[in-house]
Amino acid sequence: MFELILSALILLGAFFTLVGSFGLYKLPDFFMRLHGPTKATTLGVGALLIASALYFSFKTDYISMHEILVTLFLFITAPVSAHLMAKAAIHIKIKQVKRTQNQIK
Amino acid sequence: MNLLNKIFPHPILTFVLWGIWLLLNNTVAAGHVVLGLVLAILIPWLTSGFWPEKVRIRAPFTLLKFLGIVLWDILVANMAVAKLILGHNKELRPGFFYIDLDIQTPLGISFLANTISLTPGTVSCDLIEDRKRLLVHALHIEDIPATVKEIKERYETPLKEVFTEC
Repeated sequence: MFELILSALILLGAFFTLVGSFGLYKLPDFFMRLHGPTKATTLGVGALLIASALYFSFKTDYISMHEILVTLFLFITAPVSAHLMAKAAIHIKIKQVKRTQNQIK
Repeated sequence: MNLLNKIFPHPILTFVLWGIWLLLNNTVAAGHVVLGLVLAILIPWLTSGFWPEKVRIRAPFTLLKFLGIVLWDILVANMAVAKLILGHNKELRPGFFYIDLDIQTPLGISFLANTISLTPGTVSCDLIEDRKRLLVHALHIEDIPATVKEIKERYETPLKEVFTEC
């Protein structure tokens, strides 16, 4: 049962991480590509880390909680780096898809 | 009180540092608890010159409720974005829009911007006009005014309650 939950979490995490990376490849312009790594991967990495915390807490003698830190750092760094890249992209006027509403000139 | 303020210029930072130290070492052994506490008191004290304004949390329960809502929204947003990514590119209607900010504290604004990036298919791109407007890019947006209203009601109102000028 325990293994089933762990494998479900790991598969879910792997799926969302894959979708995030796939978005990076597939979406048409820079700003849209930013969405893949900032969102789809947070849940992916989150699920993987929960699986890791559960595994090491139950399989070893001590409780493993430092996965929380990874989540925390990820939640702080992912949006900040996305923000900086978007800001830089606007500044150097990277091409936006034609159908973008309210294009920034 | 004044002396206490001098020793603990940033009580929240002290607690956070202490927590992070224990998590990094992945232990609650007595030695690390003491060493962590010493560092958590020393570091804010030595660096207080770099942090001129004091962080104050007004309504801790509102903050907890807000964090709960955000975690749930991250879950939902992840599903939504995964669906958008796996769908057809042609159906996506990306767009930029501005949010006029009511919240004025720097920490509140950074919380709001990070929340926007982590949740509903939007990434915050730029803070302009002296912290008055936030530029946001959405992967797929149909009704801009409704989205702005939702972000303001769902995220900005509780954050404004929590982080106030002092």
